[in-house]
Amino acid sequence: MKKGLAHEFIKGLWEESPTFRQLLGMCPTLAVTTSFINGFSMGLATTFVLVCSSTIISMIRKLIPDQVRIASYVVVIATFVTMADLFLRGVYPDISKALGPFVPLIVVNCIILGRAEAFASKNSPLPSFLDALGNGIGFTLALSVLATIRELLGNGLLGEPWVIMILPAGAFITLGLLIGFINLAKERRRKTATPACAIR
Amino acid sequence: MDLILIFISAAVVNNFVLILFLGICPFIGVSNKLEKAFSMGMATTFVMVLAATATWLINHYILIAFSLPFLQYVSFIIVIAALVQFVEMFIKKTSPALYRALGIFLPLITTNCAILGLALLAVLKNYNFIQSVVYGLAAGVGFTLALCIMAGIREDLELAPVPKAFQGAAITLIIAGLLALAFMGFAGLISG
Repeated sequence: MKKGLAHEFIKGLWEESPTFRQLLGMCPTLAVTTSFINGFSMGLATTFVLVCSSTIISMIRKLIPDQVRIASYVVVIATFVTMADLFLRGVYPDISKALGPFVPLIVVNCIILGRAEAFASKNSPLPSFLDALGNGIGFTLALSVLATIRELLGNGLLGEPWVIMILPAGAFITLGLLIGFINLAKERRRKTATPACAIR
Repeated sequence: MDLILIFISAAVVNNFVLILFLGICPFIGVSNKLEKAFSMGMATTFVMVLAATATWLINHYILIAFSLPFLQYVSFIIVIAALVQFVEMFIKKTSPALYRALGIFLPLITTNCAILGLALLAVLKNYNFIQSVVYGLAAGVGFTLALCIMAGIREDLELAPVPKAFQGAAITLIIAGLLALAFMGFAGLISG
């Protein structure tokens, strides 16, 4: 347990990256990554909700009866999403408009419920906070990388614009290729040590 | 005429999965067998129609009537969770085999963003009651369509020599990209 706190934070960044390794939260990943600023702000909004709800859930974990825990988690999450949504609408109306229904849809982002169920419901507030922060930053990083690639290629900042990158099809194909190449790199590195295990 | 337009628009032109990116998790998770994909699509469609009905009633007769719009997300998600629980019990009673086949993905319909997305989009578009229900049905049909096409392709894909690193999620996403490209061909159906 004590090898702990730093590890809880770091594992979400890459080793257990919610997007690339666990394939969670795919909908916003694909939908809002048309430009860097959209992807980045979506990542930050999700991180805010993730950190707040994980911490609160871990504080009240002993008060929640087991049968209704999912419903209780969802209510906590939805409360913070409402706060994030009102904040964005009031302070950054342009970003709020660009993200559209995907801000309220943070409620059903599987990363948040996943961390609540798998980690915050079993651990004390401090590790839960760090775990949520790590996962949130990992998610933000993944979104930013994907959005940067799509924006650079799609808006023609590197020569001829590839319109497909901004279209829905571009999102699927870019993410598919990224995941494939990450698996490939991982497989290469592991070939010397242990036999590679296929994802899913 | 208006209703037909809403139906076509939501089912193919703005397909929930391939164009609006709603419901990607079950799309990747349950699309490996055609039969399973179809049952999942049907269950989701059923929940979608019920959810469109229930959320419209709640939005108009409770949230707007008492000016509580800030409770929208909380109340919608609770309604959806309750509906999914109901459908789960119903399937468990009527078809235990199907219940086992769908497994974890059945309770996960709650966190299928297509359902909450549908409720939010219907509010955003200011649909009346009938339009909302048609919209829900169309979204479900579109979801089932995308899921079944994908499952059909993936059944054949099992025999294809895909490089090991690209098996599973990676190749599924790339194929989804090609399908999205194909679905864009429908765009001319309504705008023209």
